[in-house]
Amino acid sequence: MGNEIERIVKEIKDEAPPRSEEEIKRLSEEERNLLLKTGIDILGKNRCGLFFQHDHSVIKCESMVDGVEVMDIEEARKRYGLEEYWWKLIPPDKDIWTKRAAEHQEHGYFIRSFEGAKVTYPVQSCLYLSMDRLAQDVHNIVIAEEGSELHIITGCAAGPHVRSGLHVGISEFYVKKGAKLRFTMIHNWAEEMAVRPRTVVVVEEGGSFESNYICLLPARDLQMYPTAILSGKDAVATFNTVLLAKEGSYMDTGSRVVLKKEGCRAEIISRAVSVGGTIIARGHLVGEAPGVKAHLECKGLLLSPKGVIHAIPELEGRTSDLDMSHEAAVGKIAKEEIEYLMARGLTEQEATSLIVKGFLSIDIEGLPDELKREIDGLISTVEKEGL
Amino acid sequence: MNILQIEDLCVSIGDREVLKGIDLFIPRGEVHTLFGPNGSGKTTLLSAIMGFEGYRVTRGKIIFNGVDITELPTYERARLGLGISFQKPPAINGVKLKQLAQICAKEDGKRLEEFAEMLNLKEHLEREVNVGFSGGEVKRSELLQLLLQRPELVLLDEPESGVDLENIAIIGEAINILLGKKVASTEEKSIKRIKEERKKAALLITHTGHILDYVDADRGHVLLNGKIVCSGNPREILSTIKDHGYEECYRCFKDEFKGG
Ligand SMILES: Nc1ncnc2c1ncn2[C@@H]1O[C@H](COP(=O)(O)OP(=O)(O)OP(=O)(O)O)[C@@H](O)[C@H]1O
Ligand SMILES: [Mg+2]
Repeated sequence: MGNEIERIVKEIKDEAPPRSEEEIKRLSEEERNLLLKTGIDILGKNRCGLFFQHDHSVIKCESMVDGVEVMDIEEARKRYGLEEYWWKLIPPDKDIWTKRAAEHQEHGYFIRSFEGAKVTYPVQSCLYLSMDRLAQDVHNIVIAEEGSELHIITGCAAGPHVRSGLHVGISEFYVKKGAKLRFTMIHNWAEEMAVRPRTVVVVEEGGSFESNYICLLPARDLQMYPTAILSGKDAVATFNTVLLAKEGSYMDTGSRVVLKKEGCRAEIISRAVSVGGTIIARGHLVGEAPGVKAHLECKGLLLSPKGVIHAIPELEGRTSDLDMSHEAAVGKIAKEEIEYLMARGLTEQEATSLIVKGFLSIDIEGLPDELKREIDGLISTVEKEGL
Repeated sequence: MNILQIEDLCVSIGDREVLKGIDLFIPRGEVHTLFGPNGSGKTTLLSAIMGFEGYRVTRGKIIFNGVDITELPTYERARLGLGISFQKPPAINGVKLKQLAQICAKEDGKRLEEFAEMLNLKEHLEREVNVGFSGGEVKRSELLQLLLQRPELVLLDEPESGVDLENIAIIGEAINILLGKKVASTEEKSIKRIKEERKKAALLITHTGHILDYVDADRGHVLLNGKIVCSGNPREILSTIKDHGYEECYRCFKDEFKGG
């Protein structure tokens, strides 16, 4: 454990006052905008469910359609037991953070789409930290039952007065036969926060899992390596990751897919931009069955001489007859590209900004327009400050 | 009045002097062609006019519409009315051609679809700029951007190289619209605008001269080893080069030098 994170953890409080549903109405405009930037539109209508955890209290939990249930995980465990899902993909003693979560856990969400249900709008789930120096340890379970389709947007955000804190999130996702789960997560943390998500997803035959992860605001220390296990034939996983690190941010993130059966496919794509921070962009493909196909792409753009981007793509073949490849590139913006755009009348600043936006724009399906605009705006401002 | 006036221009790339005292004048409304063997400095001259980094002007000046632009950054030159079609433009990942075309068009966005249609680039609008474009598509995409940008002086670096015969006709038409010599089919223009557009000028680099079957050029220049060695009727120059090669230009230049 690094010095920085030790310091953060030392100062952390484990208790928070209870919050009520009334808090939602009391959110200031500043706070609502902040949540909007994570894809959570508290007042909006384009969703089919909402989960809202404020510090240590679940203050809102609702489902607007028949095909989906959204619950506080405590409630769900009381009602369903969930023994076959609880700590089944992640061992509680895996690392100090999982251990911490096993001891300190306060809520989290349970989201399930029922067999054959196809849900058009996303379920929005929000983990909101409004107190400075608070630890939030959550445990989430998501189940996409056979043949169902589900989209979840999770926004994790720290409030305007938060500088420091700790977020630990255990997530165990189950994508059953032929089901489709799209999981979009936006992190907007505070400068001094330590963040430790621990995610494992299992995808059964013919199922598909798509993860989109976006982190553009600073976080002192972020480390995660979500893993998808493709356990059935023809299962598919896609990870898209977009990272932007300012000076002082340290992001060590990666995605791993284990392809266990024939016909499995996977794609890991990451785009990292550093304006002074450090990004370790990892990726790991494990091919265990013949005939699987997988590709890994890590691209990094350095906009400041202070920044560090370290791409670590790994391919692990455990049988012959595999088709796994990777592509990694780290560099600064090519001068020719900037001049090309300047010849069309853009200033150097505008040209750089357009190139960075282009670089980060991996097509993420189903991302609300509002959020896309926010991301564009954010890139422009951060990048201006960074240059 | 000259739209472009280049006086005694010397340009170095790194330590190497590539342009060695260029004098070139282009009056308003004229199309000039630039001939010269590979490596003679043609692209370097256009790059210096645009003010790209790495093309160091060590002597002389570039005057555009009466303004000394020698020290101006590229985007200011573009905003003053200079435009360029690149010989080999870079690809811009993640930026769609449509986005870039809109940037070029500024408020004139309604022409975008029409020009894209004319240049057979409708489907390319949704693709990333120059990513996987064929040689001919790249050249057409350059012209699409210029048609929307409407520069007063356009620098065309081998606009027809790698383009098939049918598409050369399309490119020729696009250049004529760009120069106000032809009105786009559906366009309605005021007489004032038509007159203004007739003042537009071009400096065009070509090896084969194929584009001259479609675009009327007023004057030609031959660049050899960083110097303009000959200026005159572009068709005559082209046929001399075709029949006798650049050797003849060397010879002619030497004779003139001795005689003068
Ligand atoms: N970035 C560079 N670094 C080093 N040398 C360069 C660079 N750009 C151009 N040169 C050199 O300058 C000279 C002129 O190049 P330029 O591209 O202007 O030629 P050109 O006349 O356009 O040739 P072509 O007909 O092949 O396009 C060449 O010898 C070339 O190698
Ligand atoms: Mg050239």
